[in-house]
Amino acid sequence: MSITYLEAIREAQARALAEDPRVYIYGQDVGAFGGAFKATKTLATEFPGRVLDSPISEDAMVGSAIGAAIEGLRPIIEMQYADFSTVGFNQIVNNAATLFWRTQVKCPIVIRLPSGGTPGSGPFHSQSMEALYATYPGLIVMTPATVEDAYSMLLEAVQIDDPVIFCEHKYLYYHLKADALPTEAMPTGKARIARPGRDATVVTYSAMVHEALAMADELARERIEIEIVDLRSIKPLDTDTVLASVARTGRLLAVGEAWPWGGVTAEIVSRVACDGYNLLDAAPMRLNARETPVPFHPNLWGTHRPTARTIARAVKELLRR
Amino acid sequence: MLLARISEDKYASLYRAGKIYGGVFIGKGQEAISVSTALALRKGDIFAPLIRDQAGRLAFGETLLDATRTYLGSRLGPMRGRDGNVHRGRPQDGYMAMISHLGAMISVVSGALIARRSRGDTAAIGAVSLGEGGTSTGAFHEAVNQAAVEKLPLLIVVTNNQFAYSTPDSRQFACAHLVDRAAGYGIDGHTIDQGSDLAACLEVIGRAATRARAGHGPQLIVASVLRLGGHGEHDDAHYIPDSLKNSKLGADCLKLTEQTILNLALASPADLDLWRANAVQQVEEAVATAQREPAPDPDSEDWSAISSRHLTDAFMDGASH
Repeated sequence: MSITYLEAIREAQARALAEDPRVYIYGQDVGAFGGAFKATKTLATEFPGRVLDSPISEDAMVGSAIGAAIEGLRPIIEMQYADFSTVGFNQIVNNAATLFWRTQVKCPIVIRLPSGGTPGSGPFHSQSMEALYATYPGLIVMTPATVEDAYSMLLEAVQIDDPVIFCEHKYLYYHLKADALPTEAMPTGKARIARPGRDATVVTYSAMVHEALAMADELARERIEIEIVDLRSIKPLDTDTVLASVARTGRLLAVGEAWPWGGVTAEIVSRVACDGYNLLDAAPMRLNARETPVPFHPNLWGTHRPTARTIARAVKELLRR
Repeated sequence: MLLARISEDKYASLYRAGKIYGGVFIGKGQEAISVSTALALRKGDIFAPLIRDQAGRLAFGETLLDATRTYLGSRLGPMRGRDGNVHRGRPQDGYMAMISHLGAMISVVSGALIARRSRGDTAAIGAVSLGEGGTSTGAFHEAVNQAAVEKLPLLIVVTNNQFAYSTPDSRQFACAHLVDRAAGYGIDGHTIDQGSDLAACLEVIGRAATRARAGHGPQLIVASVLRLGGHGEHDDAHYIPDSLKNSKLGADCLKLTEQTILNLALASPADLDLWRANAVQQVEEAVATAQREPAPDPDSEDWSAISSRHLTDAFMDGASH
């Protein structure tokens, strides 16, 4: 048997619904239709009254989840695309994220953001919003890169008593397969060494982990061994694992699919500069998407985001520094 | 109403004396609408007040001490110095703590009602308070439509006090009457032409609550009145024309109510004096108590915005001082 990243997300939700009567799913077209990507396929039938279609109202979707969470439920909100979460942004960052600090009342909601680019998706169905949410105190931000993490981290997200922004990557939905669902999992907050290596460290997350792994396979033929760190969650961000890797390799490249101003790659370089300056044998580097909206045409999109080829080029420059 | 008026007069004078951090926003002139909303609610119902709801808050069961503590920043108040003035609440008791973004609390109450319904509790209703300015937000539209779709037992009490800060109705909306919007959402609408008339407020809001409890879905109530002061105590409201102040709309609900009590011989002038003296004493005691209480202490403050301590990002502490 094999299971895709998308199926893992569906299975995690099915299990959460089955195991915890407080869980319900709310979003556009998630009911009988099964969701725009089929992440809730047949769940409305299996769990009557607990997988509910919402109006096209991201603000009200999140606001109602906050009220339900205050009353003890554990809502999962599906944004049809991460990009549309901007319409619910106020409720997420000003209401959900501040509730515990202001009132000591917990706000256990999960907001699923189908994130990142795919060919042909264009400016409004491709965005990577993780850094935007990570900057606000009060939110957890998960960025799973594997089928196993998509499953186990979503299950963990539902159990967490704080609002979780779950950034699932659309490019991985169908491409990525595993033999089976995991039976055990690393906890959120721990990064994973996706590939060990001695010559340089590439720190990344989500779909870029796979571009980095492809790059590392390629460079291994030239006897260049690159260590890949998969952050898994960007808030909390596992600085210790990053620093330990940089201590082994002496070189750092941070790679992200989001835009270059600020963001996760800037945060990684900043943390290593602050706490691991003496571990570095060369100035660290960052590689991000280009500084334009995400283009529609595959020819443009394919060079807008980092790829194995552009990451390899950056690594070679890093090794020359 | 009397306790609300006297307590808010006291907060305003403390503000002018520089004894209150942040702003003071009072409900002078709107007490009849506010108290009628809370009196339509029962124990176990849900209430999301806004900035001019001192009367409704007290009638819903908030103690004068909690209100006063929040204005004075006592560590023992419900917000413990983390948030102030009108941003207080006890969400665990169905008393929501507003954020500043108008319209945002409507869907939160809806979510709480959805949770109640999912548990089989169909007895509870909710009420949310806002001004005419709040009806111009996208959040208002999303949430009222959502509540209508879900047929929730929700009172949406709009107090049209003629000005949103300084912006008059003529620059706020173009429909003949805000209550006309109810038909567009497919919900019941009710008007109170003179929001200073306590009997009318009790009657109309009470009737709307009865309809909500009977399963007739959301009820939009639009009450017209004049704000008898500025937006906050920093605002002299010079933009409110005398003609409006001297109109029927500018009547003071407290004076009208006292006159009615005397006209109907429900109490004597001496009784009214006694009630007033009693309220003044309660307010003085609450202020004296809150002023004696400890202020928040940054050194012993728990600076955690999430309840899941194991997910705290350890790097943040070092980077934030």
